[in-house]
Amino acid sequence: MQIFEYNGSAVVAMVGKNCFAIASDRRLGVQLQTIATDFQRISKIHDRVFIGLSGLATDVQTLYQRLVFRHKLYQLREERDMKPETFASLVSAILYEKRFGPYLCQPVIAGLGEDDKPFICTMDSIGAKELAKDFVVSGTASESLYGACEAMYKPDMEAEELFETISQALLSSVDRDCLSGWGGHVYVVTPTEIKERILKGRMD
Amino acid sequence: MGDSQYSFSLTTFSPSGKLVQIEHALTAVGSGQTSLGIKASNGVVIATEKKLPSILVDEASVQKIQHLTPNIGVVYSGMGPDFRVLVRKSRKQAEQYNRLYKEPIPVTQLVRETATVMQEFTQSGGVRPFGVSLLVAGYDDKGPQLYQVDPSGSYFSWKASAMGKNVSNAKTFLEKRYTEDMELDDAIHTAILTLKEGFEGEISSKNIEIGKIGADKVFRVLTPAEIDDYLAEVE
Repeated sequence: MQIFEYNGSAVVAMVGKNCFAIASDRRLGVQLQTIATDFQRISKIHDRVFIGLSGLATDVQTLYQRLVFRHKLYQLREERDMKPETFASLVSAILYEKRFGPYLCQPVIAGLGEDDKPFICTMDSIGAKELAKDFVVSGTASESLYGACEAMYKPDMEAEELFETISQALLSSVDRDCLSGWGGHVYVVTPTEIKERILKGRMD
Repeated sequence: MGDSQYSFSLTTFSPSGKLVQIEHALTAVGSGQTSLGIKASNGVVIATEKKLPSILVDEASVQKIQHLTPNIGVVYSGMGPDFRVLVRKSRKQAEQYNRLYKEPIPVTQLVRETATVMQEFTQSGGVRPFGVSLLVAGYDDKGPQLYQVDPSGSYFSWKASAMGKNVSNAKTFLEKRYTEDMELDDAIHTAILTLKEGFEGEISSKNIEIGKIGADKVFRVLTPAEIDDYLAEVE
């Protein structure tokens, strides 16, 4: 039994023109049994930084709570929101603190940095950051996601086209993975608004 | 040890509500060599007297103005060894922040953490407060900033300030001379004139130290040659 495949998950983030999209599946399973179809894997840290966590669901929730805690204190002390690059460095440091007993999650971080430039990155469960200019993926469906994104992605897409692309990439990839799926949850973030949409996919 | 009522802590409140050791620490600061800082529209300058106990001392080895980070510098009035300890701690805190967030520490955060250290030494057993007041000059995303930190741990942001022996004359002089739209070079001239006010003896590049930071966000201590140039301009 693989621990990273216990609950099942799929998370993907893509860069567009002055915007980004981050999407995840909605299934929460216990190995082959589906327990919930509305599990929240993507969370907002602040209006311009989102984090999606794949992997063991309990660590997803705990890690999210710890990160929100750290960010709230940062906001109070420094009287400003964290930049996405800074937040990614913080997540990496927190994961490495548990180097020999890690959180079993792979985060995907997406945000709008200075001058509304979109930023995405992913890291492994002990904090090795991987920056990308186009898309990042994580979860049990990651191999299918890599293929789908590589095929469907093009640079400088506007928000609506980016939504279509990321949704198609997510749905087609989770269809090839029995542990993830049961719908999709997509956030498209531009400097002026955050659009949250639920996708209806194959419910199996 | 002793059986005095206050022997368990040097920082017990007196009946008048004061912490007597902090008052004494401020006195130590007040008898230290004058230092001052001025915040200009495009930078900050800090300066201090560098009176050495004898002409035999190698003045190039004495550095009263120090870097805390590439874009934050600090000067003090009071006890030099206490200053060295604080500089060491502050540099470590700045670097820990940088390692965690991969971002240079904002000036206000570093000042707050340094002030917290100084406050801890007013509320711990077996220690005494630091006998220095610091003037921290930095330039970050919020622009040029100048902060004073006292032995009690309180800190203030200043447009211009002075500390040490000649503090009241220096502050009066600064109040008259300070303007909001002063530029960095004007501020350096004003700093030199302020130091000159209470200076015993002949002012020269060997007995003052000046540090500045501009919009380039790089804190630098001026060389004696550069100080000589500014002194010549002031004459």
